[in-house]
Amino acid sequence: MKTVNASGEAMIAIDGLTKRFGPFTAVDNISFTVARGEVLGFLGPNGAGKSTTMKMITGFLAPSEGTARVCGHDVVTDQLAAQRMIGYLPEGAPAYSDMTPRGFLKFIARVRALSGAAADKAIDEAVEATELQGVLDQPIDTLSKGFRRRVGLAQSILHNPPVLIMDEPTDGLDPNQKHEVRKLIARMSPDKAIIISTHILEEVDAICSRALIIDRGRIVADGTPAELTARSRYHNAVSLTLGGQLTVAAAEALKRIPGVASIDIVPRGTETVLTLFPARDISGDTTIVDTVARMAREENWPVRALFSEAGRLDEVFRKLTRGDTEDLPGKSAA
Amino acid sequence: MRELVAVFRRELGGYFATPLAFVFIVIFLFTMGAFTFYMGGYFESGQADLQIFFNFHPWLYLFLIPAISMRLWAEERRTGSIELLLSLPVPLWAAVLGKFLAAWAFSGIALALTFPMWLTVNYLGHPDNGVIFAGYVGSFFMAGGYLAIGSCLSATTRNQVIAFVVSVVVCFLFTISGLPLVTDFFSSWAPQQVLNTIASFSFLTHFTAITQGVIDLRDIIYFFTLIASWLIATGVVVDMKKAG
Repeated sequence: MKTVNASGEAMIAIDGLTKRFGPFTAVDNISFTVARGEVLGFLGPNGAGKSTTMKMITGFLAPSEGTARVCGHDVVTDQLAAQRMIGYLPEGAPAYSDMTPRGFLKFIARVRALSGAAADKAIDEAVEATELQGVLDQPIDTLSKGFRRRVGLAQSILHNPPVLIMDEPTDGLDPNQKHEVRKLIARMSPDKAIIISTHILEEVDAICSRALIIDRGRIVADGTPAELTARSRYHNAVSLTLGGQLTVAAAEALKRIPGVASIDIVPRGTETVLTLFPARDISGDTTIVDTVARMAREENWPVRALFSEAGRLDEVFRKLTRGDTEDLPGKSAA
Repeated sequence: MRELVAVFRRELGGYFATPLAFVFIVIFLFTMGAFTFYMGGYFESGQADLQIFFNFHPWLYLFLIPAISMRLWAEERRTGSIELLLSLPVPLWAAVLGKFLAAWAFSGIALALTFPMWLTVNYLGHPDNGVIFAGYVGSFFMAGGYLAIGSCLSATTRNQVIAFVVSVVVCFLFTISGLPLVTDFFSSWAPQQVLNTIASFSFLTHFTAITQGVIDLRDIIYFFTLIASWLIATGVVVDMKKAG
């Protein structure tokens, strides 16, 4: 058994993973790897196969084809060894709702081969990291959605696993709690391989070192958040917000700036928002934004904002996953 | 083994974390008593033994045991906690067996709480306590048989009501397969061999044999085989659902 756990090497290796539910292919020949220190974000519309992929990696669903290895252990042929390496937060953070968080975490500790002082220490740390101290002895089904999510999080990090897989870890949390969970993930990320799925695109920028966009069971994009945003038509576009209306002459002048391919003009209240799209990729080139700034100064335009855009992830997401995005079968079959 | 114990403790604790255990035990004891003393005519029989009491067990179990077993897997599937359980490093056999043993232990606790019956007959007369002991053993094994059937059927669905109803029907068939209701259907055309085989599946045949005070190895083997078969079937069903 080859054990891959050195820094930079693949701790999660997915090869040709496929899942069919009858005639429907939920996950279609997906391959990727995740190394220690990486936080991989799974993006995709509902029913794209994000959860199904996670369920196969964690051993809840058997793959129809392909392999998944976690720290060198095949999730089908060496399932228990693989599962010991994984902390998993399933979608919706299910737990045994008749138990208290304390009892629930003790059960998880026992299953995870932690006992005595080691179990107490692990539970204390997980409780502290997820701030569950106040509700430890209330039945889980009486807890708010945010607390239940955090019980699920505590459960997944209890045994300090080298691999963390979290299906929408911040779903149902308020903005403060979301921030805390992101901080927690960032804190744990240097010595773990982490996969999270999310619908919140700014989360990808905030915590992911890499993102996969999945659509209809296939990977349609794979790269760092910066690389993905660079695929946006807004990448390096110059955004200019003016107080008041724009004169026709000014619009013509802007269009004549070298390198500008087109201009969007959107009135917003009393202001006007202009977006100047460059003709080609001009990374690092600040000519357009400089020219606009000079023109604004010379013509004395009432400039409210002027900046060069990095790109818009939501636009890339829509472009790559457009089409039939309604809930497909497969979720209910799981 | 550690995982088995962990699942067993969680499941058994689960019964007592809610009013379920209390409600079940109260109803179990109440109906046992009511059937024995009123419908069974216990005092009129003039016998200081528990034969009448045990005679009602198969029929009460028929409804009460599926009420325990229906939640074993169906509830986990409905709440989604099954995804957690099956992604934990717990071997499938440990999950199946741990759940079953917890349910069996719980029904054993309910059965043990009928001990005032035993005290009563000993107060009223001089019963053969060996026969009574055999009756309790037989009853416990029969409960295990019903539970194993219920466990498997609970694994097939996420709906507890379906699990309950189907379990009652299957348990009913297993209970009465030795009675004329079933055997008459086959006797006109099936060979005697088949008839005997069907009749030998009957809980009643084996249970009655044990309550007579004769713990025959064959009856014990019957219940063990039955429990083992249905638990293996449970594992197969759970595993098949993983394959989607």
